[in-house]
Amino acid sequence: MKPDLMVELAGLKLSNPILTASGTFGFGLEYEPYVNLRELGAVVIKSVTLNPRQGNPPPRVTETPAGMLNSVGLQNPGLAAVSEYYVPELKRRKVKVFASVAGETIEEYGRVAYSLAEAGVDAIEVNVSCPNVAAGGLAFGSDPDTTAAVTARVRAAVGNLPVFIKLGVMGGDVVEIAGAAAAAGASGFSLINTLPGLAIDVRARRPVLGNITGGLSGPAIKPVALWAVWRVYKELRLPIIGMGGITCVQDVIEFLLCGATAVAVGTGNFINPGLTVELINGLERALAAEGISGVSELVGAAHVER
Amino acid sequence: MTYEAEIVTQKKLATDCYRLEFYAPEIALSAQPGQFLMVKTSLTLDPLLRRPLSIQSVDHARGLVKVVYRVVGKGTALLAAKKLGRRLNVLGPLGRGFTMLTNGKFAVVAGGLGMAPLYFLVQRLKALGNEVTVFYGAQNRYQLVLVEQLAGLRVNYVTATDNGSSGFKGTVVDLLREKGLPPVDIVYAAGPPPMLRALGELLREVGMPRTEVSLEERMGCGIGACQGCAVKVHGTEGPVYKRVCADGPVFSAEEVIWE
Ligand SMILES: Cc1cc2nc3c(=O)[nH]c(=O)nc-3n(C[C@H](O)[C@H](O)[C@H](O)COP(=O)(O)OP(=O)(O)OC[C@H]3O[C@@H](n4cnc5c(N)ncnc54)[C@H](O)[C@@H]3O)c2cc1C
Ligand SMILES: Cc1cc2nc3c(=O)[nH]c(=O)nc-3n(C[C@H](O)[C@H](O)[C@H](O)COP(=O)(O)O)c2cc1C
Ligand code: FES
Repeated sequence: MKPDLMVELAGLKLSNPILTASGTFGFGLEYEPYVNLRELGAVVIKSVTLNPRQGNPPPRVTETPAGMLNSVGLQNPGLAAVSEYYVPELKRRKVKVFASVAGETIEEYGRVAYSLAEAGVDAIEVNVSCPNVAAGGLAFGSDPDTTAAVTARVRAAVGNLPVFIKLGVMGGDVVEIAGAAAAAGASGFSLINTLPGLAIDVRARRPVLGNITGGLSGPAIKPVALWAVWRVYKELRLPIIGMGGITCVQDVIEFLLCGATAVAVGTGNFINPGLTVELINGLERALAAEGISGVSELVGAAHVER
Repeated sequence: MTYEAEIVTQKKLATDCYRLEFYAPEIALSAQPGQFLMVKTSLTLDPLLRRPLSIQSVDHARGLVKVVYRVVGKGTALLAAKKLGRRLNVLGPLGRGFTMLTNGKFAVVAGGLGMAPLYFLVQRLKALGNEVTVFYGAQNRYQLVLVEQLAGLRVNYVTATDNGSSGFKGTVVDLLREKGLPPVDIVYAAGPPPMLRALGELLREVGMPRTEVSLEERMGCGIGACQGCAVKVHGTEGPVYKRVCADGPVFSAEEVIWE
């Protein structure tokens, strides 16, 4: 029997639990030569701000053991370009689209989310955990009250659309912050964003990145991500999109077992641009081989006491 | 696209410098001078990211692709240890290459391994019947690793080495200043950033002929999605960042803001 990959994520029916992590998959179109976008559970697009953002000075990426640092700094073409071009292009291709929103003020989050909802996205992800910007980002998501205020503003702007609050593990306790967001109307969570990090160029005796600090991603952060998913699932039981270092089917299953309903692939796309679709097919084979009827059987299964 | 390409030759050209040839007929057919590949150097997660390498030349008939690289770190060291018959995972060809014209006169200015993409360019320019003069500089004569192959293309070339062990004593830009730039349609250049910056200054002094430079920057995806490989250029409304991997790696020299 063919296993059922379909998942229901905060009321949304997705054909499978494999999504893309914001900022690593552009606006989806960049990956069209490698991936049939329609096959993905959903495409989560690069974080969008009201106005275009230039981003940080180069170098913006550097490799670290089993991971990488980036300090892109939310470079994006701004709300108008995304709502008028990229979202319609993706909708035309019948792709499920999650829009990641960012801003420097609570009001900006609300305005961007409103317009993207109008443009027809299927869900909103609220990025309050970017370590690479001076205002907004992690400064918001490390405080429960501010996270609640951003969540409430976005919720008011988008009506019943699913709203996922994307958190890291820095600044405050992830369970406490997630709890505050839940009370303010979050449908679920995206866990985790990058961790702050720094790399040194020994010869030049200075930091490698132009922005000095960056966000750590890739396999190196997977245990931290699993820990965050585990704790938030245990305490809140709201839907979770798990991410951090996913490069193979086993990683996907680990996140599901910890309590993620869906997962997002980030840095893994850079190593293999076709990874997302390979994971969908691989997950189906893995479930069939184990005689598991559907993905939902796995979600949170590691929490069952023996 | 990604390919599992069989390694056909791996040859040491100089200390820490290798030429690797692999079988990838699709890449050989479609590659344009100036384009690059993202090469996986390990089957494990460390090193993690692919390494960008320029296409040094292709052999249509035999379906072969060549890269020339210097061992500078973990990834390139692993590449140098790869044996014949092993498979190499390559993604490409990627990026926008050099402008190709016919019936023209061109100058090519190469510093060190900047010669890798430029060799492919010279080969194609010659095949299209153009007149090409190459200025080729490196630290010493051993590092002029592609000089014999270049001679095989029957182009005019002059060399420069920092210690004078071959050709002019000094940098390739000093050489160009000494010799004077011949009248050409386009100047093409690749090499270390200080060399390109010095070249830019020299060219401005002589009235800025049309110039195309190939740039390097650290990359995440290599396909235009992550914004990791930013380079600052003049936009219509002030400076903007472009992506080396997708908007380049070849840029008009006038466009680039050197910092
Ligand atoms: C478009 C392009 C074409 C290139 N063509 C060639 C070529 O033909 N031959 C050649 O020898 N080298 C070339 N390089 C440079 C080459 O990519 C680096 O030397 C190589 O990535 C170093 O990897 P490593 O693991 O040995 O070094 P490490 O220092 O261990 O690498 C650490 C990280 O930094 C990155 N990195 C280090 N140096 C560079 C650099 N100069 N440019 C970009 N990323 C860097 C690596 O990719 C890796 O992610 C090119 C770079 C670019 C961007
Ligand atoms: C180059 C790069 C850019 C990113 N940009 C964003 C972004 O714009 N918004 C966001 O919420 N997360 C961003 N992230 C974080 C990822 O979405 C993801 O949370 C993180 O990388 C962990 O997953 P991974 O280990 O699979 O990459 C970015 C990550 C990388 C590597
Ligand atoms: S390396 Fe990702 S955009 Fe260039």
